[in-house]
Amino acid sequence: MTAIAMEHGLCLASILFALGLIGLLVRRNVLFMLIAIEVMLNAAGLAFVVAGSRWAQADGQAMFMFILAMAAAEVAVGLALILQMSQQFKTLDSDAASSMRG
Amino acid sequence: MLGLLWLIPLLPLLGFLVLATTGSRLSQPQVAGIGVGSVGLAALLASLVAWSFLTASPPGAAYAQTLWTWMAIAGFRPTVGLYLDALSLVMILVVTGVGLLIHLYAAEFMQPECCAPQLPRQFGAGEGYSRFFAYMNLFVGAMLTLVLADNLLLLYLGWEGVGLCSYLLIGFWYLEPANGRAARKAFLVTRLGDTAMAIGLFLLLTTLGTLDIQALMQRAAWTWPAGAGVATAAAALLLGGAVGKSAQLPLYTWLPDAMAGPTPVSALIHAATMVTAGVYLIARLHVLFTLAPAVQTTVAVIGALTLLLAGCSALVQRDIKRVLAYSTISQVGYMFLALGVGAWSAAIFHLMTHACFKALLFLAAGAVILGLHHEHNIFRMGGLWRRLPLAFITFLIGSASLAGLPLVTAGFYSKDLILWQTWASAQGSHWLWAAGVVGALLTALYSFRLVFRVFFGRLATPVSATPRWRIRLVLVLLALLSLVAGWLEVPETFSYLWSDSPTIFRHRTLFTDVLQTALPAPRVVTTSLKTELTMQMITGAVALGGILLAAIVFLRRPRAASEANQPAWWQAVYRLWFAGWGLDWLYDRGLVQPFVWLARANRDDVVDALYTGIARLSQRANRLLSQTQTGQVRWYAASMAAGAVLTVALVVFL
Repeated sequence: MTAIAMEHGLCLASILFALGLIGLLVRRNVLFMLIAIEVMLNAAGLAFVVAGSRWAQADGQAMFMFILAMAAAEVAVGLALILQMSQQFKTLDSDAASSMRG
Repeated sequence: MLGLLWLIPLLPLLGFLVLATTGSRLSQPQVAGIGVGSVGLAALLASLVAWSFLTASPPGAAYAQTLWTWMAIAGFRPTVGLYLDALSLVMILVVTGVGLLIHLYAAEFMQPECCAPQLPRQFGAGEGYSRFFAYMNLFVGAMLTLVLADNLLLLYLGWEGVGLCSYLLIGFWYLEPANGRAARKAFLVTRLGDTAMAIGLFLLLTTLGTLDIQALMQRAAWTWPAGAGVATAAAALLLGGAVGKSAQLPLYTWLPDAMAGPTPVSALIHAATMVTAGVYLIARLHVLFTLAPAVQTTVAVIGALTLLLAGCSALVQRDIKRVLAYSTISQVGYMFLALGVGAWSAAIFHLMTHACFKALLFLAAGAVILGLHHEHNIFRMGGLWRRLPLAFITFLIGSASLAGLPLVTAGFYSKDLILWQTWASAQGSHWLWAAGVVGALLTALYSFRLVFRVFFGRLATPVSATPRWRIRLVLVLLALLSLVAGWLEVPETFSYLWSDSPTIFRHRTLFTDVLQTALPAPRVVTTSLKTELTMQMITGAVALGGILLAAIVFLRRPRAASEANQPAWWQAVYRLWFAGWGLDWLYDRGLVQPFVWLARANRDDVVDALYTGIARLSQRANRLLSQTQTGQVRWYAASMAAGAVLTVALVVFL
């Protein structure tokens, strides 16, 4: 099994992160924004795994487990909020929920 | 009997408490019963105390009663204690005696049907009645505290208490804005003096370590030589308080305006008792003033100037009560003159006789004012002697006493004593005596100007009401007192008038004999009986001449005496006198208007500009930053990302 170069792995991770960020910023549907956040989280997790494999340490994979668990919790809360939002505003447009404007 | 001393100030205070808490639910006779009764009981007790004090004099001719320690802070232990000696005995007799008579008079005078139009209707007719007696009782209680206090702190409490009551009662008819202004003016002007007095008290406390009057006087006499700087400063500061309270030059402007209050108030507070508190203060602290000869001379000069200036002003006033107010200022000036030359007991003697005849004058004037539907202008009075005979006779007696009609009136004996001691005393001078004699002439002139204007001539306003029994009783009693009070102190010369040997008409100086235990006799230089007799002749002749002159000017040719027929320079003088020598104008221009201008210039709080600037800056920053709070979650995410990039860039590149 040939090891993938760390640079490639990190490049992929940063591309994924950037894609997720762009998705977060350009989409107005909160559901898709949540998905974009998932992408960003997984990009971070990928960076951990790549780094762990580079130095042959299990810490990277352990950290990925944490991120997975946190992402699951986040999705649970996030989906509940989205549900509430769709009931309150009858829409999933994030710009519609801007009543906190200063 | 002396042990009951504490009840004397307490009874009026209790009366005040009862009237203040339940007054609105009581009927008028009940209110009058409580208001007059508490002062009456105090007067009864005072006379009992006086009897036992005079028959069985306590050791040291003084009786001290310590009720409790007020506070104890680091060696400063003022007590709530009463001190009765001959001086405070005379004062409590005057305050409770004259106070009782005036309360009795007011029970009639203040009835709503007598002065209904000036009382606020929204509280019902009885509201003013109980409020009036509550204030009056509080005043008597505070005044008794003042004169009985054994330390200066308690004296100051009473001093401020009477000031408060004076304010409340001047503004008693508060629906009239002018009355409120007069009350504020009286309060602020006397406060000016009181501030000086408070500083004087601090000075005495820090230098001598106590405020107990007897200990203070002893220590002052031990520690300070005559003319010491600290003694002079302390005496001058206390004099400031006395000048404010007693309406002397240059702070007398509040007293004529204080006549806005009801007439019994003018009689009790602004003639008989409160305005003489300054005289009492100086007499009480005579040791201190003896240690400061410069200040004592100032006292005499202030008294002489005040009696002259106020006498001139009294001569041209149109309002009957304002004439009496300037007359009060002038008579208190005589007391200051006596204090200034060291004739302490003469000052207190004049205080006592003045309390009787000036209260009588005010109350008789009140009967006239009531009879004429609240007419104060003496030019709209006239010919009243037939319509109001009792008011006429009593007013005549009061005026004669004020003018010092020889032999038969109390005012003659006290004023003569002051003038004689001004001449004879080592601290007196012939100039001061001359001022006093000119003042006596003025006094005779203005007092009989009133008599002739009000009671003689054409009937100008019809009489609508005649005084009832309570008013009549009080007038008669005070008239009697104004006649006989002088016999307490008969000049030495009189014992030789009818006989060569002084044994038949013994030289009677009851008043001075009693007061001698508390106040020293003046140091007399000349004691020739012949000189004294000459002086008395001059004083008597001046009084008679003044009355005669008044009769010629105001009775024979009232047209010629009216203002319009005078040359221009006389009219200017007239206006100056009418305005009380323009002191009001001076204070208005010199103090009030600059202050108002400053207040107006500082309306936007110039001093606060820095702080309001900071507050406004934060507000603007807040508004700017709150623009970033768009409420759009994507905007927040973008800023977070930008911030993260920026932070990383900083970490990497710096």
